[in-house]
Amino acid sequence: MTQRTRNFLLLAPAGAWFLLMLVVPLSVVLIFSFGERGAAGGYVPAFTFDQYANLPARWAAFRNTLVLAPVGTLSALLIAYPLAYFLAVRVSAKWKMLLLVLVIVPFWTSILIRSYAWIFLLGGRGIPALIEFIGFPAIRLINTPFSVLVGIIYGYLPLMVFPIFVSLDRLDKRLLEASSDLGAKPWRTFLQITLPLSIPGIATGCMLVFILLMGEYLIPAILGGGKVFFVGNALVDLFLQSRNWAFGSAVAVTLIVVMLATVTVYMRFMARLSANRDDVSLI
Amino acid sequence: MRIYATFVYLFLYIPIGVIAVFSFNSGRNASDFAGFSVKWYGKALANPFIMDALKTSLTVALLSALFASVFGAMAAVALQGIRGPVRTAFDAVINVAVMIPGIVIGIATLIGLVTIFEQLNPLLDAIWPFASAAPRLQMGKTSLVGAHTMFLMALCIIIVRARLAGMDRSLTEASSDLYATPFGTFRQVTLPQIFPAIAAGFLLSFTFSFDDFIIAFFVAGSETTLPIYVFSSIRRGVTPEINAIGTMVLGASLFILLIAQTLLRRGSRKVK
Repeated sequence: MTQRTRNFLLLAPAGAWFLLMLVVPLSVVLIFSFGERGAAGGYVPAFTFDQYANLPARWAAFRNTLVLAPVGTLSALLIAYPLAYFLAVRVSAKWKMLLLVLVIVPFWTSILIRSYAWIFLLGGRGIPALIEFIGFPAIRLINTPFSVLVGIIYGYLPLMVFPIFVSLDRLDKRLLEASSDLGAKPWRTFLQITLPLSIPGIATGCMLVFILLMGEYLIPAILGGGKVFFVGNALVDLFLQSRNWAFGSAVAVTLIVVMLATVTVYMRFMARLSANRDDVSLI
Repeated sequence: MRIYATFVYLFLYIPIGVIAVFSFNSGRNASDFAGFSVKWYGKALANPFIMDALKTSLTVALLSALFASVFGAMAAVALQGIRGPVRTAFDAVINVAVMIPGIVIGIATLIGLVTIFEQLNPLLDAIWPFASAAPRLQMGKTSLVGAHTMFLMALCIIIVRARLAGMDRSLTEASSDLYATPFGTFRQVTLPQIFPAIAAGFLLSFTFSFDDFIIAFFVAGSETTLPIYVFSSIRRGVTPEINAIGTMVLGASLFILLIAQTLLRRGSRKVK
């Protein structure tokens, strides 16, 4: 058997699988987005931009996603960074791995059940009851943008901590010593050395979380109570309830395009930021 | 700093802990703790809908993880020695598979397969040689395994590839210098080194498939997986039964993850 045939045989199952289950389905979505809706739902072949012209009908879902995805990403970053810093710089090697695994493990467990836990905590008998007990007026937490934000932070924090930890862990600790030996105050060392050198980790973490948030369905469905909905919720509605495949496809294509556009702009921005970083580290 | 970290860990684990504690609640009302009892575990395990859903989830997760890790590892090994358009195409497809939201994978698989089935079913009726009705292609376990395997295969290729990249080239060169056949080298040198990565890929795939809700929501057809069952129960209200299932699912995934973690770390130590 030549090396060529061997490689072909090794790649054939994966290649066929990707073709049938990814390339063909995605092409169908693209084609359907230019079609029309059948009388009983489904799809009627056509070539029209009507579905795209109709996008403003789902503007609220796009608006919520484009507000809560960046806000959620930034909040997760603000909470994750100090923890990643603590794990990478302050914790002894013996505990580091264990503590890191403890952060990551929740991410691989069912996000459905973890979000469900917050119905408990934020619902009437949970934290609001506690607040009332202390003596403050009761507030409503569940089914608000706040509860969705809590769910997002809770769900995606591990994904944010990990890449930042990796970049801070790789950081040469002698740089920090050198900085303080040269008389820099701790915050100055942080701003001029630690933070710039951890930008690749921040960039990766933010991108991972942001991408996943753009397609989020479960967290708003469980903690938003139908009042706070994302594009994902609109998609479920269009495909599983109203069976409007043509319009649903147009929404899905738009989601991917918006996502790719945001990520591209973001990567450009980050590339420029880390180009500046070289200047900083040279000083 | 230490206090802050403690708070974050509490934030991460209190919700899980609350579910676990309330799963042992003897009361009917989910939010008042009436006393310790394991009766909801018994109720959950005796519920035929839950057991059916569990069986579906386990079958799908096992098959998806198996296909994904085996085909993924095969592809990763082949891709290592390839340049040119085939490599570019695979890299692109792998990136797309892991980048696009799960919900889009679900939608695309749903309308893609339904469209294909609509074309194939009349054809199948026409060529079916027996008197009985021809089998109908429809969404179900097979489409679920198909969609999960597609995504997880991309993940397994990435994991195995990372291990291959970290491997010491001189070992395979030494092996072929000593007149081992390519297959002999693969079986005796490469495979033992990448095996931990394949096993970890299998376990991660298993947990992912078992926990996946959004792809299954679109693709499962009339089948119910455990996450779909849990989701529709949550819609109807919080019950101690769901807490019991949740605790069992979390416990099982924690266990599998710890094994995967150990395998990945042992693997990397060996390679170094």
